Amino acid sequence: MKEYAFYPGCSSQKGDSADNFLRSIDVVCKKLDIKLNEIPDWNCCGASIAYGEGGELPRLALGARNLALTEEKLPGQDMVSVCPACWLANRETVERLHQQPQLHTDVNLALAEAGLNYKGTAKPRHFIEVLVEDIGWESMKAPVVKSLEGIKIAGYVGCQTNRPFGMMGESFENPVYLDNMINMVGAEAVPYDQKVTCCGGALAFSEPDKAQKQIRDIVESAYDHGAEMIVTPCQLCQANVEVYQSEINKKQGTQFNMPVVYYTQLMSVAYGGSAKDAGLDGQVIKAAKLESIAMK
Amino acid sequence: MTTNTTAAYQNSFLREVEAHVEEGAWVKMCMQCGVCAGSCPFGPHWEHSPQKIFMMIRAGKREEVLRSDSMWMCTSCYNCLVRCPRKLPITHIMHGLAHYAHRLGLAPKGQPTRESARLFWNNCIKHGRINELKFTLALYFKDGLAQGIKNALAMQGIGLAMLKAKRLNPFAIFGGHQCKDKSGIQKIVAKARELEAKRQEQAA
Repeated sequence: MKEYAFYPGCSSQKGDSADNFLRSIDVVCKKLDIKLNEIPDWNCCGASIAYGEGGELPRLALGARNLALTEEKLPGQDMVSVCPACWLANRETVERLHQQPQLHTDVNLALAEAGLNYKGTAKPRHFIEVLVEDIGWESMKAPVVKSLEGIKIAGYVGCQTNRPFGMMGESFENPVYLDNMINMVGAEAVPYDQKVTCCGGALAFSEPDKAQKQIRDIVESAYDHGAEMIVTPCQLCQANVEVYQSEINKKQGTQFNMPVVYYTQLMSVAYGGSAKDAGLDGQVIKAAKLESIAMK
Repeated sequence: MTTNTTAAYQNSFLREVEAHVEEGAWVKMCMQCGVCAGSCPFGPHWEHSPQKIFMMIRAGKREEVLRSDSMWMCTSCYNCLVRCPRKLPITHIMHGLAHYAHRLGLAPKGQPTRESARLFWNNCIKHGRINELKFTLALYFKDGLAQGIKNALAMQGIGLAMLKAKRLNPFAIFGGHQCKDKSGIQKIVAKARELEAKRQEQAA
């Protein structure tokens, strides 16, 4: 069994916007013998919008608290996130404090207020890195009992899973790990031109029209290239691209009804999990084809 | 005559940015190629692209830069950052400029992303974790009760769909998920703010 310190992030908590993501991750972990140990009392990373009010040092201190808790409570375990914004914030904190020792000193002065200290040993990683680098493609494929054959899927990587750090040294313009995961479970990854387009991110709230233009481009391209479903590794991409389709239909007369699921939901179904195990009851746009395979 | 000519080149705003803005020391490295401008998903909506902002900083256009709403159009997609041939951390510089303008009170009033960033951070520090329900409601109602009801009604379809999918918990209004050591988090942030203010003073 492989063990990791787990940083779930706010949106994956029960009853929050990516509640179903975590349920499908549980299935994947059980099948692949991965144990995720939740970091005790972890806090929000501040996400990509923390800079506005939080500035540099308070933002980095917020991130360093989670790193310090990992070092203290789960020593020696890599700190794994499933949310790209969390992963990015953690990596950025590590990088910045390593590059600027004065910031590291100041962050520790702030952490001392709560009896914490960040040494610089915690290693933030993304769950996909754990799957690909530690488990490996063959072992990931081994538990597949139901092929998702016949489903055409647009792999939507989005931004922060991909940039600025990237995964396994893959290209920023055309990463292929998500397509490989789609093909691994027997489905067909369709090529399309919006794989790494921004969905508007947190600005879907503050600049809805501008973000919905991005979302329209993504969904439209998926349809144009024959996809029946979009798959993503990101909570915010998932929510934005799925939930606003009805708004775009209302405002622009489109007829979008494209399911948007997580890669772990595909894996859960392929591993024999029920529709509920895979969190498919959490879709706003039903992933009917995936549900029918899960019920077989 | 000599003094006046050189005065134009003694750009105090570039130095101010270098001293006070997160990653601001990189600004002078920009070679004005425009890749950032062409890579930005919200490119058509900015008044000034990062390329222009950097040139304006070097030209000493303090007011225009800090009052611009361009930095607030950043979706944090990091396209500009990974494509910059000079490896400038453009996303971070944009965030740094936005925060600096906000702190000085020069950022555009009521700018929606500025407002949502403030609400998000306050929500996060209060509970230790984001309360998605309270954050959404705070956004809807930021311009008053009447506008809030209008916003909530306009979005009620989405709200109900999220409720049905169990991805929105109405009981989160009474507390929801939060950290145990909220006071520790607040102390950490207060101390970090104090240290940052001190650092800013020393740089002045």
